Amino acid sequence: MTMAPQSSTPVASTDLVTLTLDDIEVRVPKGTLVIRVAELMGIEIPRFCDHPLLDPVAACRMCLIEVEGQVKPQPACAVTVTEGMVVRTQRTSEMADHAQEGVMEFLLLNHPLDCPVCDKGGECPLQNQAMTAGRGTSRFEETKRTFPKPINMSAQILLDRERCVSCARCTRFAEQVAGDPMLELLERGAQQQVGVAADQPFDSYFSGNTIQICPVGALTSSLYRFRARPFDLVSTPTTCEHCASGCSLRTDVRRGVVTRRLAWDDADVNEEWNCDKGRFAFMYLNEGRLTHPLVREDGHLRPASWPEALDVAARGLAAARGRTAVLTGGRLTREDAYAYAKFTRIALDSDDIDFRTRVSSDEETSFLASSVAGRPLGPTYADLDIAPVVLLVGFEPEDESPIVHLRLRRAHRKNGVHIVSVSPVRTPGIDKIGATWWECLPGDEARVVASIAAGADSDVLAHLRTPGAVILAGERLAGVPGALSAVADLAASTGAALGWVPRRAGERGALDAGALAGLLPGGRPLDDASARQQVAAVWGVQASDLPRQPGRTVGSIIDALITDVRRSATGETRLIDALVIAGVDVSDDPRAGELLGALDEGPFLVALSTHHSDVTERADVVFPVAVVTEKAGAFTDWEGRIKPFSAAVRGTPHLPDGRVLAMLADVMDVPFGNGDVASLRAELDLLTPWTGPHPDAPTVAAPTAEAVGSTSARLGSWRLLLDRGRLQEGEPHLAATARATEALMSRGTAEALGVAGADVITVSTPSGAVTLPLRIADVVDGAIWAPMCSEGCDLLSIGAFHGATVRVTGGAS
Amino acid sequence: MTPLTPVITAHWDEPDLFTIEGYRRTGGYRALPKALGQDPDAIIATVKDTGLRGRGGAGFPTGLKWSFVPQNDDKPHYLVVNADESEPGACKDVPIMMANPHALLEGVIISSYAIRANHAFIYIRGEVPQAIRRVATAVREAEQAGLLGDDILGSGYSLHVTVHSGAGAYICGEETALLDSLEGRRGQPRLKPPFPATHGLYSAPTVVNNVETIANIPWIINNGVDWFRQFGTEKSPGFKVFSVSGHVRRPGLYEAPLGITMRELLDYAGGVVGGDGTVKFWIPGGSSVPMLTADHLDTPLTYEALAEAGTMLGTGTPMVFNSTVSVVKAVTRWLEFYKHESCGKCTPCREGTFWITGVLERFEHGAGSNADMDLLLEVCGNISGRSFCALGDAAATPYPGALKYFRGEFEDATHTPVDEVFPPAASYIFGEVATR
Repeated sequence: MTMAPQSSTPVASTDLVTLTLDDIEVRVPKGTLVIRVAELMGIEIPRFCDHPLLDPVAACRMCLIEVEGQVKPQPACAVTVTEGMVVRTQRTSEMADHAQEGVMEFLLLNHPLDCPVCDKGGECPLQNQAMTAGRGTSRFEETKRTFPKPINMSAQILLDRERCVSCARCTRFAEQVAGDPMLELLERGAQQQVGVAADQPFDSYFSGNTIQICPVGALTSSLYRFRARPFDLVSTPTTCEHCASGCSLRTDVRRGVVTRRLAWDDADVNEEWNCDKGRFAFMYLNEGRLTHPLVREDGHLRPASWPEALDVAARGLAAARGRTAVLTGGRLTREDAYAYAKFTRIALDSDDIDFRTRVSSDEETSFLASSVAGRPLGPTYADLDIAPVVLLVGFEPEDESPIVHLRLRRAHRKNGVHIVSVSPVRTPGIDKIGATWWECLPGDEARVVASIAAGADSDVLAHLRTPGAVILAGERLAGVPGALSAVADLAASTGAALGWVPRRAGERGALDAGALAGLLPGGRPLDDASARQQVAAVWGVQASDLPRQPGRTVGSIIDALITDVRRSATGETRLIDALVIAGVDVSDDPRAGELLGALDEGPFLVALSTHHSDVTERADVVFPVAVVTEKAGAFTDWEGRIKPFSAAVRGTPHLPDGRVLAMLADVMDVPFGNGDVASLRAELDLLTPWTGPHPDAPTVAAPTAEAVGSTSARLGSWRLLLDRGRLQEGEPHLAATARATEALMSRGTAEALGVAGADVITVSTPSGAVTLPLRIADVVDGAIWAPMCSEGCDLLSIGAFHGATVRVTGGAS
Repeated sequence: MTPLTPVITAHWDEPDLFTIEGYRRTGGYRALPKALGQDPDAIIATVKDTGLRGRGGAGFPTGLKWSFVPQNDDKPHYLVVNADESEPGACKDVPIMMANPHALLEGVIISSYAIRANHAFIYIRGEVPQAIRRVATAVREAEQAGLLGDDILGSGYSLHVTVHSGAGAYICGEETALLDSLEGRRGQPRLKPPFPATHGLYSAPTVVNNVETIANIPWIINNGVDWFRQFGTEKSPGFKVFSVSGHVRRPGLYEAPLGITMRELLDYAGGVVGGDGTVKFWIPGGSSVPMLTADHLDTPLTYEALAEAGTMLGTGTPMVFNSTVSVVKAVTRWLEFYKHESCGKCTPCREGTFWITGVLERFEHGAGSNADMDLLLEVCGNISGRSFCALGDAAATPYPGALKYFRGEFEDATHTPVDEVFPPAASYIFGEVATR
């Protein structure tokens, strides 16, 4: 049963009313619905349409109760308490009991009772409540209504109309929570059915939630339909590994295979929703896995035993001590990221470590060190609910952190929170959260933020200065010189809380764990003496054994590797002799091609990976490691909230990264500990929090605006939620609900570029070109927007990212 | 014999009454300046004092409804005229709009002025395009005459009227479903509270009144409370346009004081035609009210007397059935209507009408059972009072009333098809219906 979120703030006694429910006198806050009072008392009133996170509709009439003084039974889901009210549920009222039994009989008239072949059978509110509130046998002798089945609401969402009880939970979710009102009730009477417009499928990023809240088996997913029975599943509470929203999930495993994922309750974070990526993108867990260690011999990788592989890797890494770099990627648990941070510093004698293999900058490094790493929880989701203003800069919540999007939509709908989005495009997401679109040419974010600080809009500035204001900065600001400096400055000058929302689930945890050059665990500056002391004490080493100088970040590591190609050729000493790479998709980096080329030329490469990849192909030693469902750990969400989880799939041979590093350290004769989650977590906890000073925020000035030529435009771009990301592989139904790959431009820009009449346009850089359909939309003049990594549009592969100037021509290239 | 009292219908024999000239010639638009010279609250008080009750079916006191509208708030107010007349047997609002659209408009202007609305909507059933055209034309005429628009008759008061066409749903006669439909949504009843008086159209204070109710207003303003109250009874004051239909010699509209009896109306309508010439059963106001028999012909047609007789005045549109008509069949047709028109929002109405209709159709074919008769009563009981809006209650009405008076016919229908006992051809009347 879904419980309404409980407010933690105490209620003044004057705001309480006294009522009697089933002869028990209780005091509850004014305005509480009777059905919620019953829940609090542990009395279950059957219901279908009621849902604590949706507006009441009182349509199913299942929750009828008796209110003294009323001749008719009343719906408990829509009646608010009043002083002195006397309520009787089915437990103490003949009227209520009879009414509920009547409604249940009605609900079952046209229901097919095909429970034995229904996905919901075994976990079905209708089934359960028919047992508690229904008759044993049916009195209905007529012919049941039937429909052809199932029909597609989208590629993923299927509808069996004859099972539907018209509770309107799905349609209300779509309209109220997601803001995607593509689902609607059609027809009337017994023919009433949920449906979509012929040309507009239910391609909402949040569509899967409707399946979960459907109180019958009417909505099912293409992915799970007929795959399992609920009683065959072993369920584990987990945390979503996709983005930094930090959703609680329930992972259902059938015979060792992840079969289904559901949103799980966390009132502080995702309430009980999640996005379709978190729900459906898990097939990658089951397919194409590395199973054995691999060792390169005569130029070819061959399977090897663990001892052999550990031995080869340890010898190679030991030989390169002090000249070894580590790239961890943004998808590790905080414990595993911490293991890399520690391993790098004490086993490799290096500080060349970075969790970012994406667009990044030194400015971002210093922003993270000063304003994010090791900071306590906050701003939080709850802060968004009541903020005087939420300013989004370079951040599209619907694509990049969907639960932030849902929370902002609720804040807007319920509390009228003022939201401002600094963005090149007036996206559908901006409208759904009721935000004001602050037009910003891609790459001009620094100047726009500075103008806000200077009072370009006095209302916004005044709201930012009001306690509780929140600024959320997105990942793409890393590629805009001066932007993060300006954001930090705006936060400092107004007192607004500053949140940084990375895209990947592991980034914040890796940052706090010290997987970034110059930062020890807990956000401790590497060059701070007391920070070094504390870390050294926990690690059982001397502070003087830790690297002295901040090492290379990802940009410098790649620079060094590229330089090394030349240096090797001329016989000079390499800057980096060995490289340890964790689960990194190098194509996320704008210089992926150069990086892969450099990896071909020489550093001793150790890869810890779950799947085969461009990196494992080039590695000297490959260790297979556990995917997220096979290990315990925790992700730190964008708020800084730690969300621990345990393994959903047990008994696989795969080890988490931390254990592999510990074994490697053991072979290298470095005291590391055994690298299990509990001990890594315990060490990390000892190093949290850091109460010493943080470095100053960066003060990079925005470069002067670069003029855009008559055939060029500034590129705005980010990754759509559903795109070509590798974790979405193996789920075609999900991919089919992705947004169309298309370029967006204002009419003015299109006319200025002479492409207004073109169906397709070509975006080109010196490195290549992509051809896309063009759609005229609300885009700031002088800019073109295109998705970063969608089917047919891999912008990073042509070296184009947000803020770049690209050439735009009509027609195909 | 209670005399007829043509008021709204007084000049319906004038061929051009529907034009602004015709209406003016018969005394139209004289109440308007009088009303605009009064305080809006005084008009509300007058209407309250007349005791005028809504003519759309529920009979809610009109003045009281108006007084629920919050005053001096800064929201816009709206008057919405419910002209979605769709009740089986009801045919009075459409004739009023066809014959005398300006009387409705004059009432709209005065009522809007009283509730401080500057925009009024007339939501007309989509199946009567003639009425929509006629009212729309009347609105245009009134606008050209300065009776609608800005600064009406130099009073400083402005009103704009929008004529809106429904799209063929009975449920849109339910006031909140009508508001949803008017807002462009799918017409389904809204959760109350909040009520339309505070959160109606576009969530603003709104009064929804029936056509006939509003058409009463000009005469009330012209003639006053005492004049109005001389008609009817204490609890049912005024007059009513009764549309008498069914097996009567002269079906049509008879405007008479409330309290007239069905026997009197039958006399005006020329008596029962066909069959054995007697009334077998009749319904006082649309299919949504329980039926009565010949024993009830002397019951005064008032809200209170009919309630005492176990039925309701409803829309005040009696349908009369002669001895050739099968009660089972009539009830089945009505339930088919409710099944077809149930909006689907709530379970009891959606599923209950589906179920009852199925069982009744079995009775119609002689395949009902005694157990089914009790089952239907129980099913009706499970709809009544549990449905979301009054449509469900209405759907649960015909069968229990029919069973009360005509149980034998249902018993016959457990073995003999209805058409064998009541051949449909016997109900047809050819050439006997006289014109007035």
